[in-house]
Amino acid sequence: MIPASIEDKLAVNKYDIDREVHISLHEDICKKCDTHYCLYVCPASCFKLMEEHITFSYKGCLECGSCQIVCDKGAVEWTLPRAGFGICYQYG
Amino acid sequence: MKQRFDAIVVGAGPAGCACGYTLAKVGLEVLVVERGKFAGAKNMWGGVFCGPALNQLFPNLWQEAPVERYVVRRRFSLLTLDSCLSAEFTTKKFGQPPYSGFILLRSKFDSWFATKVEEVGAIVATGLQADDLLWDGNQIIGIKAGDDELPASVVVACDGVNSVLAGKAGLRSEFLPRDMKQGVKEVIQLPRQLIEQRFNLVGDEGIAWEFIGSFSRGLPGGAFIYTNKESLSVGIAVQLSALVENKIQANDLLEEFKQHPAVAGLLAEGKLVEYSAHLIPVSGLAMMPALYTDGLLVAGDAAALVLGTGLTLEGGNFAVASGIAAAETVIRAKQVGDFSKKFLSYYPELLRKSFVLKDLETFRKAPHFLENPRIYSLYPELACDLAEKLFTNDGTPRKKTWELFRQAMEGRISLLQIARDLMQIKGTV
Repeated sequence: MIPASIEDKLAVNKYDIDREVHISLHEDICKKCDTHYCLYVCPASCFKLMEEHITFSYKGCLECGSCQIVCDKGAVEWTLPRAGFGICYQYG
Repeated sequence: MKQRFDAIVVGAGPAGCACGYTLAKVGLEVLVVERGKFAGAKNMWGGVFCGPALNQLFPNLWQEAPVERYVVRRRFSLLTLDSCLSAEFTTKKFGQPPYSGFILLRSKFDSWFATKVEEVGAIVATGLQADDLLWDGNQIIGIKAGDDELPASVVVACDGVNSVLAGKAGLRSEFLPRDMKQGVKEVIQLPRQLIEQRFNLVGDEGIAWEFIGSFSRGLPGGAFIYTNKESLSVGIAVQLSALVENKIQANDLLEEFKQHPAVAGLLAEGKLVEYSAHLIPVSGLAMMPALYTDGLLVAGDAAALVLGTGLTLEGGNFAVASGIAAAETVIRAKQVGDFSKKFLSYYPELLRKSFVLKDLETFRKAPHFLENPRIYSLYPELACDLAEKLFTNDGTPRKKTWELFRQAMEGRISLLQIARDLMQIKGTV
């Protein structure tokens, strides 16, 4: 069986997760946002809407950069994980 | 004073490796830095490399490189919810060296390529990130990596679609969501024998199969299946702005694609071994950054060198060719000791002479045309409807094909509109 949910798919990937967070959100901007584009473009579903709050978990991040491009309000503070950390593709 | 390299190449993907290889081969002091734990660790793509650029460096590529399969068949399919209309091309030549295309997995391939770069004398430093550039006035004179400052006569930014260095050098403007496609891919493991049975392949033969149709719900994008040795690369690439505007996740479209009756059986009993995603710069010349400045050249995805012709997106060949052109420019610059912007303008000149900028110029208007939503829903439906009518005998008297076509069109689209779209095809792709 091939899983359908993003969460289950990410579970097969290899990551070296850093303690340092490489993407952060300006929560004050997110609070005022009513479009939440980030929810739809993150292929790893790192963004979640919980009780009208956007939360972000960097651990499944695939480092594609989509979130910073679509957030037209500038709420996404995007950098790459430190060298050697993050997603580590075995196939690619 | 630390060692000053002739060139620092940032990123050990196809562009960076091609550049580093070409430079080191003629004896230049080259450092290739790669942020991944190994070359390829951060890289993914659909899976097919077509074109002559790699053969220029490795005439016997298929014997040396970890190639999954060579492409012996190209298939293109239009899907509706329950139908599939396909066209396939194969020719004897596709099955003979030097082959016309290869299916590759980047993690393995980029690792191999980086090893070749080392073999000709370059230093490849993995797990090292170029965070910033070193400047002397307007001249770029190296990179900053963590606490280290690494000086070089010239820096070649091959750091991928989200190029940090092209941004730091001020060479590009902000990306727009419509300039990008988001690629999402699964690698699905299957026994080799099963793959060969299901796709009618013998030995190392492979198929490159692309799809458009209902699964993308009218959004500009397509899907693909490429056969690896013992796995399938199955994925989708969809315009980022369309995902946003329609509040759809690419994964949902990928799932829809995988469940299509023409696709599901091919994947059955497979085991997911990787899920990956990447952006593809698709606006061609319209989004291309400045390709050079004092002490810096930009190549590959970092320079948005991807060609979209409608049927395929091609980036690998452009990455390698631009990496080689950047290297040839650096070799010339080294001979005269001039790494100024003025001298480095030789680089775009080389690209303009080669297929790289010629092809992008030829297909300059294609990205705009490919946003036409009719390509992704209405036309596949029309084609499948017509095919169904042609291939169904329900006992009623037959009609002429033209009459069937008119019936399929009725209430959906006018002949005038089709003629307009055809005219656009003529002008763009």
